[in-house]
Amino acid sequence: MSAIRLLTRTSLKTAFRTRAMTALNARRSASFYNVDLAGLTEDQAEFREAVREFAQKEVAPRAAEIDKSNNFPSDLWEKMGSMGLLGITCSPDYGGLALGYFNHTLAMEELSRASGSVALSYGAHSNLCVNQIHRWGTDEQKKKYLPDLISGKKVGSLAMSEPGSGSDVVSMKLRADKVDGGYKLTGTKFWITNGPTASTLVVYAKTLPDKGSKGITAFIIERGFEGFSTHQKLDKLGMRGSDTCELVFEDCFVPEENVLGPVNKGAGVLMSGLDLERLVLSGGPLGLMQAAFDYAVEYVHEREQFGVPVGTFQLMQAKIADMYTKTNASRAYVYAVARACDAGKVSRRDCAGAILYSSDRAVEVALEAMQCLGGNGYINDYPTGRILRDSRLYTVGAGTQEIRRMLIGREFNQELLSD
Amino acid sequence: MRPTPARLLNILVPVKRTIDYAVKIRVNPDQKGVDLNVKHSMNPFDEIAVEEAVRLREKLKDEIKSIKVVTIGPPKSIETLRTALAMGADSAIHVEIPDSAPAPEPLGVAKALRALIEKQKDGVDLVIMGKQAIDDDAGQTGQMLAGLMNWPQATFASKLVVDPATKEANVTQEIDGGLQEVKAKLPLIVTTDLRLNEPRYASLPNIMKAKKKPIEKVSPADLGIDLTPRLETIKVAEPPKRQGGGKVESVDELVAKLKEAGFLSKS
Repeated sequence: MSAIRLLTRTSLKTAFRTRAMTALNARRSASFYNVDLAGLTEDQAEFREAVREFAQKEVAPRAAEIDKSNNFPSDLWEKMGSMGLLGITCSPDYGGLALGYFNHTLAMEELSRASGSVALSYGAHSNLCVNQIHRWGTDEQKKKYLPDLISGKKVGSLAMSEPGSGSDVVSMKLRADKVDGGYKLTGTKFWITNGPTASTLVVYAKTLPDKGSKGITAFIIERGFEGFSTHQKLDKLGMRGSDTCELVFEDCFVPEENVLGPVNKGAGVLMSGLDLERLVLSGGPLGLMQAAFDYAVEYVHEREQFGVPVGTFQLMQAKIADMYTKTNASRAYVYAVARACDAGKVSRRDCAGAILYSSDRAVEVALEAMQCLGGNGYINDYPTGRILRDSRLYTVGAGTQEIRRMLIGREFNQELLSD
Repeated sequence: MRPTPARLLNILVPVKRTIDYAVKIRVNPDQKGVDLNVKHSMNPFDEIAVEEAVRLREKLKDEIKSIKVVTIGPPKSIETLRTALAMGADSAIHVEIPDSAPAPEPLGVAKALRALIEKQKDGVDLVIMGKQAIDDDAGQTGQMLAGLMNWPQATFASKLVVDPATKEANVTQEIDGGLQEVKAKLPLIVTTDLRLNEPRYASLPNIMKAKKKPIEKVSPADLGIDLTPRLETIKVAEPPKRQGGGKVESVDELVAKLKEAGFLSKS
């Protein structure tokens, strides 16, 4: 049924590349995701299949263009909203699906497989912003902000990092001075995903600058607040299209009712959010690895040298084996942590471990996949370069590898050295 | 002057679970069939049929009383029904056959559909189904059903406009020479062609809602039909590998080669 097979147009001139690319793109729906190993329930498998179809239809065909133009397509937010993707863990009262973090991670994985940038922006919106408001917001706050965020009418964001406060996030300098009726915020935030387009932002600021971690409060900021502005989009190596920028607060007035969670207890809000953020974002590297593997393994069976497909050479077989096992092992760990979190057992060291492990593997798999394509891996017509550039974000985003390693080690120190 | 109130329409959409279109087909070593241990999904033409029914409801609103989907297949076929329910169908009927049973043939399916239609208390005004299934490419079921029911048929539809007030439908059919438009009275069988619409994917909220929609289980015996195949598959083989062609230098050489191959009389 050639009419049914999706044949994408390509501008490439050479016969081999045209033939191989159309053949590969026609079979794009077939992935080597090991369904039996994933251990999904029937409902989870159905969920994943639905997200996969959406991602492959609506996101994957635009991935290259999003990367090239460094622009997030604004129509995608409402599309994801009507698909039901933006409030997976939220109550149906606000339009959510009331499902667990496993489902959210599955969605993150499938979107990432289609486009790393779209998935990152999606994660920042749906987990960092929406989930935090859902967990810590008052009923009024939830009713006011969640429906538009979950439908995709408004874009969400979260801001904790500053130019001078990355890993040492508690040293943040953004001040929130108490004034009549609310607070006045002064300072800047940096590395803020969705910053350029977000209308609702969860921002952490120092209400008691001298008290370190005991002086942080979370606020809900609206784009329209006076004194709030953004500087231009950052020109990043990867995750291009996931718009990132600096936020500027100049005596920005925030009303009392926009305090999120308890005053001066924001560090708890921040840290607990980080655990679940790391878990859900772990879906990102998984998706990138699957995309890289799927592409490379088909390529090495189409590409022939010395009269045979290069995938039959032993050194190439080794690459296939390494990519495959790394992807599956990472997935097994991430899924196990996700199941534990849904069962109420959120473990800080394992959430950190999940993204620590999968992000390192993702960079390795992406590099290997690029190598499998030989010279073609070096051309931007092929996706492996983009996947590699995207994968590098996860070793510094949501905590650096070094912090994650330190954190896990420290957890064991505390456990074994305390009496 | 108010027109007479239109009778509310009941739509039936038969769907089939087939091997997914993206899968690479492998013939079994015994050459009697293909490897079925692969990804299955709803026949693409049936997706178009379900989509068309849902679009009719979006356009005609309350004048579409019900959209029922039905499938004849093993227990796993229920996934296909769920997909249709998630796309917007109201209820489903599963004519369940055992895993070991051979795939039903078009005539058997048509007879089952006839029995089902006759059982529907509210009747059926419109049957929208795929023009063919991508596994057997038979393209017969819709036509056979029309013959059995003695209903008009509009096949290979690329456009469907229904008027509940007059109980008529205008269908644009794709034929070899181009497009042909026919008008038919309901009840009517329509088979879908590729360009009729582009099916929506089911959204997550709808998938979850679909779990609450009713699925009625029926057996072939309940319908009083026999699904035993009348055809025997003797052999299944891959198409022969394409041979390269040859180039000729002149018209005379072309004629000589055609004669040699038996396409022209040798006189």
